[in-house]
Amino acid sequence: MRTNAKARVILLFQLFWSFLRIAPVTFGGGYAMIPMIEREITAKRKWLSEAEMDDILSLAGSAPGGVGVNASAFIGYRLGGISGAIAAIAGITIPTFIIVCLLSSGYSQLADQPKVAAAMKGIHGAVIALILLAAYRMAKNAVFDKTTCAMAIIVLLVLLVADINPIYMIAIGLFIGIILLQVKQLLGLQVRTEKERLDYSREEAQYVEYYI
Amino acid sequence: MIWDLFVTFIKVGLLSFGGGYAIIPMIQHEAITGGWLSEAIFQEVVSIAGMAPGPVATNSATLIGYRVAGIEGAIASTLGMVLPSFVLIILISVFFYQVRNSQWIKASFYGLRPVITGLIAYAAIHFGFMGKDQSFISWQTPITLIIVFAALYSLVKYKLHPLTVIIASGILGIALF
Repeated sequence: MRTNAKARVILLFQLFWSFLRIAPVTFGGGYAMIPMIEREITAKRKWLSEAEMDDILSLAGSAPGGVGVNASAFIGYRLGGISGAIAAIAGITIPTFIIVCLLSSGYSQLADQPKVAAAMKGIHGAVIALILLAAYRMAKNAVFDKTTCAMAIIVLLVLLVADINPIYMIAIGLFIGIILLQVKQLLGLQVRTEKERLDYSREEAQYVEYYI
Repeated sequence: MIWDLFVTFIKVGLLSFGGGYAIIPMIQHEAITGGWLSEAIFQEVVSIAGMAPGPVATNSATLIGYRVAGIEGAIASTLGMVLPSFVLIILISVFFYQVRNSQWIKASFYGLRPVITGLIAYAAIHFGFMGKDQSFISWQTPITLIIVFAALYSLVKYKLHPLTVIIASGILGIALF
């Protein structure tokens, strides 16, 4: 019993430590974390098989929330139950929490320096590029017929023109897919809910977080 | 205030399909309509969230909480953002196989994915060119566009590390602005 409890504490600590080390070195958002998490969990620690990992990552990408946080919660829960999930989430959240607070207070103090302001404007451009790249990767999985193409454009235009809470867009999006598919089926049109995957290569698996 | 932050981010976290940049328009709506932050500070928050390591969604939540109500605000917002993930993931884990191949889920995602594409595209345009306090297009716009294209090109074509691109853009910014 005693050794059992000890093994459990060690597992929780290992979970915490594994995820603690991933977050501070991954730049460019959640999708940058995925290969790191895969390597740590399947190759290094051998906690899960690659097939289990693929399942987890596709679900983590589909659920609401950040992909990195979702993946860590899944893995933590699978290995150590609820306390495992807490340990993993704490590990992935705490370092970036500290870094982000430090960056913010540091920036507040330096914001008046012309050089810092100019550098920030340059970084602004880089972040626009990162967001565009995320939109493009999403579009690759999302936009594959006339309906989805029209929807993406309509959403963009509505947001640009009207002051609508984007939360409603998401809520509508959840139901409109079901309605549209029913209508298409009634009309006897060919129905496809996902982009066809002609050859499933490893390269595509990198973008696993864009299942949603 | 702290409670408001917590509740708002639970709401955002619950509906933040697509993670990261897809939630920026949502956070923007909450933060600016709620009168917590000015557009200028919101722009700064997104820049810092994007250049910092880690997930953009949680980073943004932390930063907004921090700017609005200090460390307590940051903790409340981050917890609010993470809590729905935690609960939903455990629920999904329990019902793993039922969820996976449900036709309903597939149909919802069919509609949801293009919506998220639109949201992220909007985030890029708004963050890039509409959020500033000055007019839509200024003398700085062409320079920003050059940096955007250079960054995009080096990310896609040369697969440069995002951190390299961020640092290079910072240096380019000092040189050009």
